[in-house]
Amino acid sequence: MALPVYADRLERIWYYTYRVLCALIFIFLIAPILIIMPLSFNVEPYFTFTPEMLRLDPDGYSMRWYDNLLTFGMAAPDALRDGSWWADVWANARWVQAAKNSIVVGFFATIVATVLGTIAAMGLSRPEMPYRKLIMAILISPMIVPIIITATGLFFFYSDIGLSGTYFGLVMAHATLGIPFVIITVTATMMGFDRSLIRAAQNMGAGPVTTFFKVQLPLITPGVVSGALFAFVTSFDEVVVVLFIGSHEQQTIPRQMWNGIREQISPSILAVATILVIFSICLLAVVELLRRRSERLRGVTPA
Amino acid sequence: MANPDITTETEVLRTVDGQPLKAALTRASRRARIRAFVLVVPLLIFVLLTFAVPIGQMLSRSFTDDKFSANMVELGKWFDANGAATPDEAAYAALAADLKTASEARTAGSIGTRINYEIPGTRSLFTSTARRADRLEPPYKEALLAADEKWARPDIWAAMRSASAAATLNFYQAALDRQIGDSGKFEAAPENSRIYVKLFIRTFILSVVITGLCLLLGFPVAHLLAVLPLRHASLLMILVLLPFWTSLLVRTTSWMVLLQGQGVINDVLVSLGIVSEEGRLQMMYNQLGTIIAMTHILLPFMILPLYSVMKTIPPSYARAARSLGATSWTTFRRIYLPQTVSGIGAGGILCFILAVGYYITPALVGGADGTLISNQIAFHMQKSLNWSLAAALASMLLAAVLILYWAYDRIIGIDNMKLG
Repeated sequence: MALPVYADRLERIWYYTYRVLCALIFIFLIAPILIIMPLSFNVEPYFTFTPEMLRLDPDGYSMRWYDNLLTFGMAAPDALRDGSWWADVWANARWVQAAKNSIVVGFFATIVATVLGTIAAMGLSRPEMPYRKLIMAILISPMIVPIIITATGLFFFYSDIGLSGTYFGLVMAHATLGIPFVIITVTATMMGFDRSLIRAAQNMGAGPVTTFFKVQLPLITPGVVSGALFAFVTSFDEVVVVLFIGSHEQQTIPRQMWNGIREQISPSILAVATILVIFSICLLAVVELLRRRSERLRGVTPA
Repeated sequence: MANPDITTETEVLRTVDGQPLKAALTRASRRARIRAFVLVVPLLIFVLLTFAVPIGQMLSRSFTDDKFSANMVELGKWFDANGAATPDEAAYAALAADLKTASEARTAGSIGTRINYEIPGTRSLFTSTARRADRLEPPYKEALLAADEKWARPDIWAAMRSASAAATLNFYQAALDRQIGDSGKFEAAPENSRIYVKLFIRTFILSVVITGLCLLLGFPVAHLLAVLPLRHASLLMILVLLPFWTSLLVRTTSWMVLLQGQGVINDVLVSLGIVSEEGRLQMMYNQLGTIIAMTHILLPFMILPLYSVMKTIPPSYARAARSLGATSWTTFRRIYLPQTVSGIGAGGILCFILAVGYYITPALVGGADGTLISNQIAFHMQKSLNWSLAAALASMLLAAVLILYWAYDRIIGIDNMKLG
């Protein structure tokens, strides 16, 4: 959007004001996420920049909060850092346990959500699908219904059928929350799918299973993978349902953060937050690459 | 199809095996529909089981609570027979009998809790009388009144009568700030204990403010992204998508760090001399904190739908308007803005729906007056343990959200929802 040659003075002023405004909004969007990164290296247990940090004095920075992530909850944190120290970290450190829980629950929830969601999206994207809108509305509702309501419902339901405090129950609940994202991304990919390819495959003698694995799946894979990533992130970032139905042992990273923030917010939280931000940067990069790949596969080239 | 008479007059078209073509086509299309449906069935069952059934069960809980009715059998019988009549000796005898049973079964606490929901401060009446229930002798009316004269209060009898049936609308009455008054009838609660209606109104107003702010901040950014060359736009898009992909707790934590009394923003303001050391701004644990943090968190949900609509608007319309003599303001107001309405609707409703049900951010930065209805539901679930009231509040919130969801579907269509 270059400034047109016929713009008058007022329009010129507005043009630059507008750019400045947009820049400020972008700063509003991104600054809070970036600001915690340097603060997580603070030597002092404060949430602000000390004079040493502003002078870029190396003494103002340290890795102590990252170290704290490993030692917190350990049996013998001050022992010599050899193999048994690391075994202690792996077995006892709270944040490591939380990370293990988060990854396990997220992994299985993603598998369930992606498999069921992809199969359903195949049906939903067929033109002959009956009650399409209604079913779509039901399947997307876990994303729309406030999380506290879902958690309340699950709390009652799971305590009646004895699933509260189990990993199985947690995985099922997180899978439900991830399903809308899989449905949305996969149906969006399927909409751009040329259905005559299926008929062509069948013409050449492929059965429905062969057609799916050899023709359809490779083309919709980018959509499926980004749906799966969405589902994983949803589970990985979920705290309310875990708080309501999880047992005391089922500490996940968000739950541990939640407890940390509520009780005594320490810079360790900022260290975790920094790691999570780097994690989401990686995810974003993967999703972006997948989107480009999907566009290339479908023959849409970015201008 | 153009002329339906042809098929009736000439011979019916048939397939190779002799069936009428129309019937064969109908059958084939039915088979295709069933095949499509079968693909969806597993997920549908899954979502019904893990989502719809629990929520339905919660709805049913908002109408029932059997803590009283299951344990006070004799009194229940008396209420069935006598209704709202003034309690006589038989009623007090039934009450005494039930309290004896309750004292043996150790259920007096939960019975009292149930009545305590209706009339605060009455739980101890049940527990203390039940402890002495064995010593109660006829005539029971005098004995019970001697034990505690609160047993004569009509509002307690009214509360017991309404609690003697498991099914009740009392929790909805409570959720609308109504309680059993001295006369035994429902009436508006005293001014200082009305919280829920105010909370619903506050949730609504804060959501409107947050949605409005998102629109105000999101519109220019979405427009800029839509008109910039794709190369630059996709770089700037990262600045929108990164917050979208970043953990909610991380973003809330960052705002806590920024907004604290000893936080970054206050430090900058103090060092610039804008505020004094003593006059540090209180930006957190109040409504301001909720508004700032939630606007930041929901902003991508406004920008993305707006952007996808704005990208489809051809720039030639605006140029045409300009060449016909419209000023840039008129062009924006009459030509550009009307074309973005569907994006504004999509982003607005989405932001509003998400804001109305928000829990985590208000709980962490909202303090006392920045919390929303979700926080009150969580309070009743985890602290006060009045689960039926929590369920009633949740049902009302759910109804509001479903209406908005329906509106979203009517205006934009769920199939048009996009992510990233």
